[in-house]
Amino acid sequence: MNAALEIVGLSRRFGGLVATNDVSLRLERGARHALIGPNGAGKTTLINLLSGVLAPSAGRILLDGTDITALRPDARVHRGLVRTFQINQLFADLTPLTTVGLAVSRRLGLDRQFWRRLGSKGEIVDECVAILERFDLLGVMNERVGALPYGRQRLLEIALAIACGPRVLLLDEPAAGVPEGEREGILAGVAALPVEVSVLLIEHDMDLVFRFAQRISVLVNGSVLMQGSPAEVAADARVREVYLGEEVHG
Amino acid sequence: MSAAAPHAAARAALREVARWKPAEYAFWAATAASWFLLPGQHLLLNEIAIFALFALSLDLVLGFGGIVSLGHAAYFGFGGYAAGMLAQAGYTDPLLGLAAAALASAALGFVTSFLVLRGSDLTRIMVTLSVSLVLFELANRLTWLTGGADGLQGITIGPLLGRFDFDLAGHVAYAYSLVVLFVLFLAARRIVHSPFGWTVRAVRGNALRAAAIGLAVDLRLVGIYTMAALYAGIAGALLAQSTQFVSLDMLAFHRSADLLLMLVIGGVGYLYGGMIGALVFKAMQNWVADITPEYWQFWIGLLLVLLVVIGRERIFAGSLVLARRAFGRRG
Ligand SMILES: Nc1ncnc2c1ncn2[C@@H]1O[C@H](COP(=O)(O)OP(=O)(O)OP(=O)(O)O)[C@@H](O)[C@H]1O
Ligand SMILES: [Mg+2]
Repeated sequence: MNAALEIVGLSRRFGGLVATNDVSLRLERGARHALIGPNGAGKTTLINLLSGVLAPSAGRILLDGTDITALRPDARVHRGLVRTFQINQLFADLTPLTTVGLAVSRRLGLDRQFWRRLGSKGEIVDECVAILERFDLLGVMNERVGALPYGRQRLLEIALAIACGPRVLLLDEPAAGVPEGEREGILAGVAALPVEVSVLLIEHDMDLVFRFAQRISVLVNGSVLMQGSPAEVAADARVREVYLGEEVHG
Repeated sequence: MSAAAPHAAARAALREVARWKPAEYAFWAATAASWFLLPGQHLLLNEIAIFALFALSLDLVLGFGGIVSLGHAAYFGFGGYAAGMLAQAGYTDPLLGLAAAALASAALGFVTSFLVLRGSDLTRIMVTLSVSLVLFELANRLTWLTGGADGLQGITIGPLLGRFDFDLAGHVAYAYSLVVLFVLFLAARRIVHSPFGWTVRAVRGNALRAAAIGLAVDLRLVGIYTMAALYAGIAGALLAQSTQFVSLDMLAFHRSADLLLMLVIGGVGYLYGGMIGALVFKAMQNWVADITPEYWQFWIGLLLVLLVVIGRERIFAGSLVLARRAFGRRG
């Protein structure tokens, strides 16, 4: 069976810097896979390559067995590959409701309609409400996104990705900058995803990682240092040295 | 019940965003009333209505698409020439001329839109400016086609709907321009509240994220730019038809610059800004020119400096803030 997402020999150079170095990785259907690594390891660069924001210097990306390396970002989303951003990328002037409504309209293929009003279709509103509710955003659905507290924006960041109907979801540090107490809520919505959705989670919070992941890949200096079960990763001497060591000192 | 309540609230919120505000009714009622109440001013009012449409067009590009254009006169002039040439060729029906201008300018807008897809605001300013300069120079050189610096001569426009002849006092012309403005405004209003319209706002707000939710960013900009060019072309045709003359001046840089000023005066992104700006700009131009014609540039310059330094809101003593709220700027 094809992997939900398969990366083969992916590389990306920025001048002399090799930010992604011959990375290969398999994401099985329904995977709960974590990608960890110290700051500057190339995690976000990998997500940018997967989502089409950056073009790779070498390598291939297969989504469900189909080569998508040359596809535009929006075409990848249409095939079910959706990401979130480490630094919020939202529509500041919109409201959470219209933001999510937009994404849902897109997914249902109604985004080119120019004569009907947004939300005139009941099914879109139903979906919006369900998603906003799951991420506890109903109470602020008519506020300006740019004026929302950071934690709420972080929730919307994920809600917006979910509204795109992902089959493979790439989460780039969803809990980054969120206070300890609010982190649970951030991943609760992800945990509620259907089991067949495959998730790749980048995260520095080891508690979250070990609770969430069935499999972990460790990225160091652009290369995959090792992959394995959480227990294997936790026991690996190189990982402790390179990654966990750095976390203690840094 | 508990499940239905948020649904109803969300539906209502989305409906509310697109709902007609009382100030909008008032605006259009006053506009319609001006035809009956100010018959002596119809020539000036007609010009204002045409510039209002032209500014509405720029608002679509700038206020919704986020594309700063300093060459919007290209589409205005192109539409004017298209309508003028059609009339010159003997097809004098005004509505036919409008349709031809709309098609011609939309086609030009579609083709040139690919030039403004990439780059910063500054590149876009330069590209839009260049397009209009090229067009101006072409019109200047192709004398056999455009009449060059003399303009298109010998245009006669037939009666509107085959019944209403254009009169010297501009009664028919103003009614014609107003109806066209209103119809096109209604269409624009519908479109900006449609899913397509929201995707255009999303692209302006954050193109990176727009692509990451599956929107074809380029297509959105091509779409809104083409639509705006169509609007500008119709505005140009209205001016050509009501003055029965087309000159290089319609393509000139100062048209684009004045237009941007009008929009800046009225405020971008809520559809009424361009129309209000056109009114303020033209009324001021007219009024100042009566008192002291040489200093018109000075006064408009001063107004702009004040707008920037003190802020539009404070100058108009909050009235524009109120207007924007009343007209539903959040769209
Ligand atoms: N557009 C770019 N141009 C040049 N260098 C870049 C670019 N993007 C990333 N880099 C470099 O590539 C390396 C990897 O960066 P990346 O953002 O992928 O790291 P990361 O693992 O996501 O780090 P963090 O945990 O801090 O988010 C860094 O050295 C960074 O400076
Ligand atoms: Mg990162």
